[in-house]
Amino acid sequence: MSEFSPFLLFFIAALLVGFTRDLPRQLILLATPVLTGLHLWLNIEVGSSVSYSIMNYELVAMRVDKLSLLFGYLFCIASFIGSIFAFHVKDTKQHIAAVTYAGSALGAVFAGDLITLFIFWELLAISSVFLIWARGTERALKAGLRYLVFQVLSGVLLLAGALVYFHDTGSLAFDHIGLDAGIAGWLIFIAFGIKSAFPFLHSWLTDGYPEATVTGTVFLSAFTTKVAVYALARGFAGEEILVYIGVTMACFPIFYAVIENDLRKVLAYSLINQVGFMVTGIGIGTALALNGAIAHAFSDVIFKGLLFMSMGAVLYRVGNINGSSLGGLYKSMPKTTVLCIVGALSISAFPLFSGFVSKSMVMTALMYEDYGYLWLLMLFASAGVFHHAGIKIPYFAFFAHDSGIRTEEAPRNMLIAMSIAALLCIFIGTQPQYLYAMLPWEVEYWPYDVTHVLAQLQLLFFSALAFVWLNKKGLYPPELPSVNLDMEWFYRKLVPVAAQRVVTSLRDTKASVLSIATVPMQDIQTKFTKSSVAKYYLSESWPTGSMVFWISVILVTFLALNAFG
Amino acid sequence: MGNNISLLLVVIPLIAAPIVAVLPRGRLPWAVALLVTSLCALLAGMQLWAVLHGGVISYELGGWAPPWGIEYRIDAVNAFVALIVAAIAAITLPYALLSVEQEIPEEKIPLFYSALLLCLTGLLGITQTGDIFNVFVFLEISSLSSYALISLGRKRQALTAAYQYLIMGTIGATFFLIGVGLIYSQTGTLNMQDLSTILPEVLHLKTVNTGFAFIMIGIALKLALFPLHLWLPNAYTYAPSVVTVFLAATATKVAVYVMLRILFTVFPYGFALATPVEELFMVAGIASIIIASVYAIYQEDVKKLLAYSSVAQIGYMVLGIGLASATGITAALIHLFNHALMKGALFMAVGAIIYRIGACRMDQIHGLGRAMPWTFAAIVIGGLSLIGVPGTAGFISKWYLVTAALEQGAWISVVVILFGSLLAVVYMGKLIEALYFRPITDSGKEVTEAPILLLVPTWLLVFANIYFGLDTELTVGVAEKAAAILGGGNP
Repeated sequence: MSEFSPFLLFFIAALLVGFTRDLPRQLILLATPVLTGLHLWLNIEVGSSVSYSIMNYELVAMRVDKLSLLFGYLFCIASFIGSIFAFHVKDTKQHIAAVTYAGSALGAVFAGDLITLFIFWELLAISSVFLIWARGTERALKAGLRYLVFQVLSGVLLLAGALVYFHDTGSLAFDHIGLDAGIAGWLIFIAFGIKSAFPFLHSWLTDGYPEATVTGTVFLSAFTTKVAVYALARGFAGEEILVYIGVTMACFPIFYAVIENDLRKVLAYSLINQVGFMVTGIGIGTALALNGAIAHAFSDVIFKGLLFMSMGAVLYRVGNINGSSLGGLYKSMPKTTVLCIVGALSISAFPLFSGFVSKSMVMTALMYEDYGYLWLLMLFASAGVFHHAGIKIPYFAFFAHDSGIRTEEAPRNMLIAMSIAALLCIFIGTQPQYLYAMLPWEVEYWPYDVTHVLAQLQLLFFSALAFVWLNKKGLYPPELPSVNLDMEWFYRKLVPVAAQRVVTSLRDTKASVLSIATVPMQDIQTKFTKSSVAKYYLSESWPTGSMVFWISVILVTFLALNAFG
Repeated sequence: MGNNISLLLVVIPLIAAPIVAVLPRGRLPWAVALLVTSLCALLAGMQLWAVLHGGVISYELGGWAPPWGIEYRIDAVNAFVALIVAAIAAITLPYALLSVEQEIPEEKIPLFYSALLLCLTGLLGITQTGDIFNVFVFLEISSLSSYALISLGRKRQALTAAYQYLIMGTIGATFFLIGVGLIYSQTGTLNMQDLSTILPEVLHLKTVNTGFAFIMIGIALKLALFPLHLWLPNAYTYAPSVVTVFLAATATKVAVYVMLRILFTVFPYGFALATPVEELFMVAGIASIIIASVYAIYQEDVKKLLAYSSVAQIGYMVLGIGLASATGITAALIHLFNHALMKGALFMAVGAIIYRIGACRMDQIHGLGRAMPWTFAAIVIGGLSLIGVPGTAGFISKWYLVTAALEQGAWISVVVILFGSLLAVVYMGKLIEALYFRPITDSGKEVTEAPILLLVPTWLLVFANIYFGLDTELTVGVAEKAAAILGGGNP
C-alpha cells in the first residue's frame, strides 16, 4: 500500500472538506499537500508504476519518472501556498473545487496512458470552472461558460486523438507522440495547445482567469497551463513548430498587457508570455532547453502565484483591480507592496531571483541552436515582461498617482502565503543548484556568469528607462477603464451576431421547406398506411399471411443468390 | 456427478413438469418449480465451471456411442447459454409467485408451472444436445409449451397471439426439419460432430445447400429476425408478465445459439462465408436495428415497445454474427447475455406496474414513476443499459460490436449501431417521460410501490446490469472462449 497514486489523498480530502467546517477543514486543506509531498518524497521512487485494467486495456494510473515527480512536488507546493492564501475562505464549494482541481493536476502528470490522462484532463476542466463561477457575478458566469467550452473541447480532441492513436499504433501509452503520428498526433497536439494557450486558442485564459475569485485565480494560474506544458514536454519535445509558437506566445501578449486596465488580466497575459518561454524550450528539444522549460514552469508557478496573490489581496481589500482607479496603496499595504515587488523582480528575471535562473536556460539553448533572430525576439519579450509585469503591476497598483484609497494591510494568512512564495523565489534565485538537481535531464549549467548577468541587467535597466521616459513624456498608454477584446471578439461579438442571423434565416427556410415537404410526405404516409404493403406485409394484424409472404421471399432470394452468386 | 450434470439439467425439469401438474392448488406447485429451477441454475453453473476447467463434456444417452446414439456434447458455448437460461429461470420464479397468482386463474396455476418447466426443459435441451434432430425435438417442446403459456395472458388477444405464434412457429420448425431431412439424406448422420466431418465432402451438392437455406430460415424465424419477427410483438405483449420476462430473456437467445452452432460447428467455418447468408444477416441486422427501433418509438403499449426493442436488439446480435469474425461472434455472445439481463430487468419492472394497475398503456402510466420509485429506478437503469451508457452491461456489448465492425472496416454497421443507440434514447426517453414527467392521473394517486417479492428479483437483474458493466471477466472471458471454439481455430 506504500505506492498509491498521489491524487488519491486530494480526492479523499475533497470529500472530507464537504463535511467539515472551520478549523478541521483548514487543517485538512493544509495537511493534504504536505502529506502528499512527503508521500512523493519518501515512498515513491523513480521508475515505479501502478497499473489497473479496464475491459482488457492495461492502464497506468501512476508512472513515476523525474519529469512527473518534479511536477508532483511543484503542484504540492502550489496547492499548499494556495491553501494558506485561501485560509479565510468560508465557501465550501470553492474549497472542494480547488482540492479536486489540484488533485486532478497531480493525477494528470502521473498518468501513464492517454485514457487516464484524458480522465484527469476533463476533471481539471470541470473542477476549475467552479473557481470562476464561485465569483458569483454575471460576467463570471458567462466567462466560466466560455472557459468550459474551450476546456471540454480540448478534452474531446484529446480523446479523439487517443482513440485514433490507439487504432494506428495499438498502444495507449503516453510517451513521445510527435506530429509524425499523423492525424492522431495533430489532434492531441491541438488538445494540448488549447490548454497551454497557443495563440488564437488562448482567449479562455485571458477571458476566464480575471473573472475568477480572489483565491481561485491563484489556483488557476498554477495548474492548467503547467499540466499542458508537462504534456507537451512529454509528448512533443523537439517539434520545431513549437519554437515558433512559443516565440509568438512570448511576444504578442505584451501589446495587450500594456494597454490592459484590469491588472489581473495583465497578469493573465503575462502568464501566456511566460508559457511562451516554456513552449519555446520544449520546441528546441535539447536537454538544456527542456530542462529550462521545466525549471521555468517551476519558478513561474511560484512567482506568478505570488503576483496573482498580491493582486488578489488588493482586490480583496479594495474591491476592484483596475489600474485606472488604484494607486498609492503602498501607504496602507506596505508588506504586500514589498512582496509584490519580489514577484515582479522574479518574473522580470532579475539576477538573484527565480525567473533569472530558469529563463536564462531557455535563452542560452536558443543561442546554442542558432536561432539568432528568435533570440532577439525573445529578448524583446523579456524586456516586455519587465515592462508590463515587472514595473506596470506594482507601479499602477501601489505607486503612481495617489488615488486616495486608504485600506488595511492584507490579512495575515495571505501575507504568510505570499511570504513563503517570495522566499522560494529568492531561494531558487540564489541557490539554483537544488532546483537543477531535480531536473529530469543531466546538464551542466550555471547561470551566473559575467556576460549573462550584465546582459540581463542592461536589458532591464534600459527597459526601466524606457518606461520612465515614456511616462514622463506622457507617451505611455494611459490606464483607461475599458474592456479590451482580442481573439475573444470572434466568439463574443462576431459569432453570436452571425449565429443569430443564421438561426433566423434557418428558421425561415425551415418553415418554407417544411410546408413544401410535409404536404407530399403526409400524402405518402396516408397512402402507405392504406396500401397493401402496410396492411398485409408488415402489419401486426395479419401477421401469419405476411410472415409466409416474407419467408418465401427470403427463401427464394437465398436460393437464387446461392445458385447464381 | 461429472458428465451426469448435462443429462440432469434436462431430466430434472422434465420429470418435475408432470409432477407439478398434478399437485394440489395453492403455493406448492410454485415451491416445487422454484426448487427445480434453482437446482438447474446451480447445475448449469457447475457445468460451466467443469467445462471451463476440464474441457468438453460428452455424455452418451442410454450408453449408445455416437454417432448412432444421441450425444450431449457440452463446450463453453452451450454451457454459457445453458447458464443464462437456467439463471434467468431461477430469478424469474420468485417473481412469479405474486404475479402469477394475480394474472392466472387459480385452477390453472399448477398447469402454468408445469408448462413453464416444460419450456425450460426444451430450452435447456436445445443447449445440451449434440444431435441436430434432437434440437428439433426440444425446439418443439419449448415452442408448444410457450404457445400454451402465452395463451394464458389476461386479455383475449392473448389467444390470437398464441395461435398466430403457433402457426408461424410451426412453419419455422417445419423449415428446420425439412433442412435437417435434406442434409440427412446426403450424409446419413444427425450427430453434429459427425456432420462436421462429413459435410465438407458434400458441400457442392445443391441438396445440402438447400437444406442449409431451409435450416437458416427456420431458425431466423424462431429468433425473430426482421422481417420474420411478426410473431414476436403480439406474443410478448399479451403473454402473462412472467412469461414475457422468461421468453424475452431466454427463447430468442437459445435460437441465436442454434444459429451459431449450425453456422460455425455443423457446417465448416468458411462455408457460411461462401453463401449469401452473411450478407443477408448484415442487411437483416441493420434493417431490424433501425426499423424495429423506429416502430418501438411509436408504440403506445409499454410491453409492445419493449418487444420491438427486443427485435432491434436481436438485430445487434445478428449483425455481430454477420461480421463473421471472432470479435463479431464474441460481441454477439456478450450481447446475448447482457440483453437477457436488461430485457429481463425491464420486463420485470413493467410487470410490477401491471401488477399494480393492471395495464401498461402509455396514457395509463403517467406519473407513476413517483408513486413507484424503485420500479421506476429499475426502468431507468435498465433503459440506460439498453442504450449502452458506460458503466452498464449494454455498454460492453456495444463496445465490442463497434470494435468488431471497425475491425472489418464496416463503417455502415458502426453508424447503424450508434444510430440505434440514439433511437433507444428516444423510445426509452418517451417511456421515462411518461412515467415521471407527466402529471399523475387521478387513479394513479392511490398506487403504491410494488411488493418486495417483485422488486427483489428485478433489482437483482438491475444490479447484474451494473455489475457486468464493470466486471467483464465472466461475460467477455467466456464469450471469447466460446467464440474461439465456434471459430474452430480459424481466424
